[in-house]
Amino acid sequence: MRLLKKLAAFALAGAVAVSLCGCHGSRGLDEFEVPEEFDESRDYEITFWAKNDTNVTQTRIYEKAIADFQKLYPNVTVNLRLYTDYSRIYNDVITNISTNTTPNVCITYPDHIATYKTGTNVVVPLDELFDDEKFGLGGSEVRFDSPAKDEIIPKFLEECSLDGAHYALPFMRSTEACYINKTYVEKLGYTLPEKLTWDFVWEVSEAAMKKSPDGNFAVNGQKVMIPFIYKSTDNMMIQMLRQKNAGYSTDSGEILIFNDDTRDILKTVSEHVATGAFSTFQISSYPGNFLNAGQCIFAIDSTAGATWMGSDAPLSDIHESSFVDFETEVMPIPQFDPDNPAMISQGPSVCIFNKSDPQEVLASWLFAQYLLTNGVQTAYSQTEGYVPVTSKAQNSDEYKDYLSRMGEDNELHYDVKLKASKLLLEHTSDTFVTPVFNGSASLRSAAGQLIENTAKSVRRHETVDDEYFDKLYDDITSLYRLDSIRNTSSGKQDLGELPVTAKLLLLSLAIAWAAIGATFLAERLKKRRKGK
Amino acid sequence: MKKILAFILAAVMALSLVACGDNAADTDEKSEGVMTYDEYVAADLDSQVVVETYVQAKQSWWEDKATVYTQDKDGAYFLYNMACSQEDYDKLTPGTKIKVTGYKSEWSGEVEIIDATFEILEGNYVAEPLDVTAMLGTDDLIKHQNELVTFKGMTVEASQDADGNDVAFLYNDDGSGQDGSDLYFKVSLNGVTYTFTVESYLCDNTTEVYSAVKNLKIGDKIDLEGFLYWYNGVNPHITSVSAAA
Repeated sequence: MRLLKKLAAFALAGAVAVSLCGCHGSRGLDEFEVPEEFDESRDYEITFWAKNDTNVTQTRIYEKAIADFQKLYPNVTVNLRLYTDYSRIYNDVITNISTNTTPNVCITYPDHIATYKTGTNVVVPLDELFDDEKFGLGGSEVRFDSPAKDEIIPKFLEECSLDGAHYALPFMRSTEACYINKTYVEKLGYTLPEKLTWDFVWEVSEAAMKKSPDGNFAVNGQKVMIPFIYKSTDNMMIQMLRQKNAGYSTDSGEILIFNDDTRDILKTVSEHVATGAFSTFQISSYPGNFLNAGQCIFAIDSTAGATWMGSDAPLSDIHESSFVDFETEVMPIPQFDPDNPAMISQGPSVCIFNKSDPQEVLASWLFAQYLLTNGVQTAYSQTEGYVPVTSKAQNSDEYKDYLSRMGEDNELHYDVKLKASKLLLEHTSDTFVTPVFNGSASLRSAAGQLIENTAKSVRRHETVDDEYFDKLYDDITSLYRLDSIRNTSSGKQDLGELPVTAKLLLLSLAIAWAAIGATFLAERLKKRRKGK
Repeated sequence: MKKILAFILAAVMALSLVACGDNAADTDEKSEGVMTYDEYVAADLDSQVVVETYVQAKQSWWEDKATVYTQDKDGAYFLYNMACSQEDYDKLTPGTKIKVTGYKSEWSGEVEIIDATFEILEGNYVAEPLDVTAMLGTDDLIKHQNELVTFKGMTVEASQDADGNDVAFLYNDDGSGQDGSDLYFKVSLNGVTYTFTVESYLCDNTTEVYSAVKNLKIGDKIDLEGFLYWYNGVNPHITSVSAAA
């Protein structure tokens, strides 16, 4: 589990490094055209870069999907490469674009595709493939029960659209949930509201800081208590801004995040860091570790992390002797306006990289499409608090049966995990994604870094005031090159002074045109004179 | 007389060689404003710390951030994501003396220096591994956190893969990885079992230790060397494995 922390560096630095990356310059591949037929007289070897949540069941599902697909298409071999972090995939793809060694099929996020797309024909637009009569979604020559296009949840499919075309298929969807030690909330004299608000979470968190005469925290009798821990501060800032209808970015990539609402959020964060009531994954560790040890009351993490949450969590990094018994409640993240909830939509999508051989791309497409079949969708969604991305899978008897058996055991039917999935199923219409553009991955990281830096500064007893926030805004803008994103998006990028060679070339062109013009005039004058 | 002279010369040479090869750190005077190891240990979490220390191993570098194991003669300092250019990273070799300014932090029990900067100084010290076998399971072990250590005469125990089979190691802690992932394996001493790791950033799948662990058999008696990393308890990052002496 520590793996994610070592990859946090990639998430931060990688986003900066590649946000405006040099995919330009390579000549690029020809645009992909859907072949008329799939040439099965040839063998194809394709690579699939996949992400799992350090969950061996997910690995097994990928392996089974590959084996089953290869039985249907014996001329296609799929090589699996496993990752446990999106940002590492992102960085490796960027590295491989420049050497034309991208994978064929890759788990990804639309933010990342926006960067990949800056190369020429690097990522395959999928709309023609979607609609292809033979090999498209539900196509006549597809050898498995493929979902039709309208059986992909429209909201999830729309998230894969960039610049008017689809560049990915959704694979799984999740959101964030607040995993709550309900026992401690009630011990502190509170009752969980029907809809969680930020005010409630902050209030209870502060109440939990009370200590007993022995120096331990009164609520848990331990030396450690961090009542509120947020795993992804990127998401925290993004969702809080969305709930406030505050600026983040425009669709075209204008950066709006450095505003007064952001400042207010950071001030609130700083107040609760100062008392010890709030911390983050980057500063303290996994929320689930603290929650399960009775050292945290509100742990916000992905629904795809549900199996790590709660007294009976089937997966855990802490010793079993550290667990405490408590009742776990799973609720949507806190809201500013509970009647109009807003929560992020996240989870893996799948993109296909272009190759010089269209037949290889078609083989890749068939495999990507196979990942949407009911068997893969239901199996993978049951490994965590994911939901299938097709109505075909969501409405299947197998999936309905799975949901109906919540809490029957602490493995497949672990109640916290199923509550997390149901949360997203019930709130799909309340989910949102942020605008996607070249550099949006950097902006996302910057959003979280504002919270991380503020929290660290408070803990280090630095002065955190308006002057601090002014400097923080400048520092983050610089670190994530957000100025460049804005300039690129607006089309007014300052490219600096022309190089000397360019100046000489332009000068010589000007001289040549002047000479041509002078010759032309001289000839005209000669003719006139002759004419006279 | 010649014999006496030869003996004296040999003795002087031997002494001078010892002084050169080892250990500037034996006479390791800290510069003005630099903490001793004891002062570092006593410093509060989240406070600024300034230490002079010696690189023992480099774990990773990415986009101007380096993660490094360092140690002086008194104790070890784990430097997490320290600001570091590629050029400077290349200059860091085992023994390189550096002055580090950063913040003391703790993450799941691992005490480390974060948000640090550094400068390279004159000096060299490569730590000898400390045998901590007898400290396993005692409160003394954590006092040597992040140091280069050895464990002697450990027995490889079975881990269970996803199918419930007994295996000598797993890719990732639950077997969800593949070649190139971290290796997790169990070893025991006196009936108590511990989980050790080959951290793939520190020692990737081209290293001897990675191959050695992949070739372990349940029941093998082995000696191990590595850094005494912590993650919710002791979780050594192993850099060398050999048959028990």
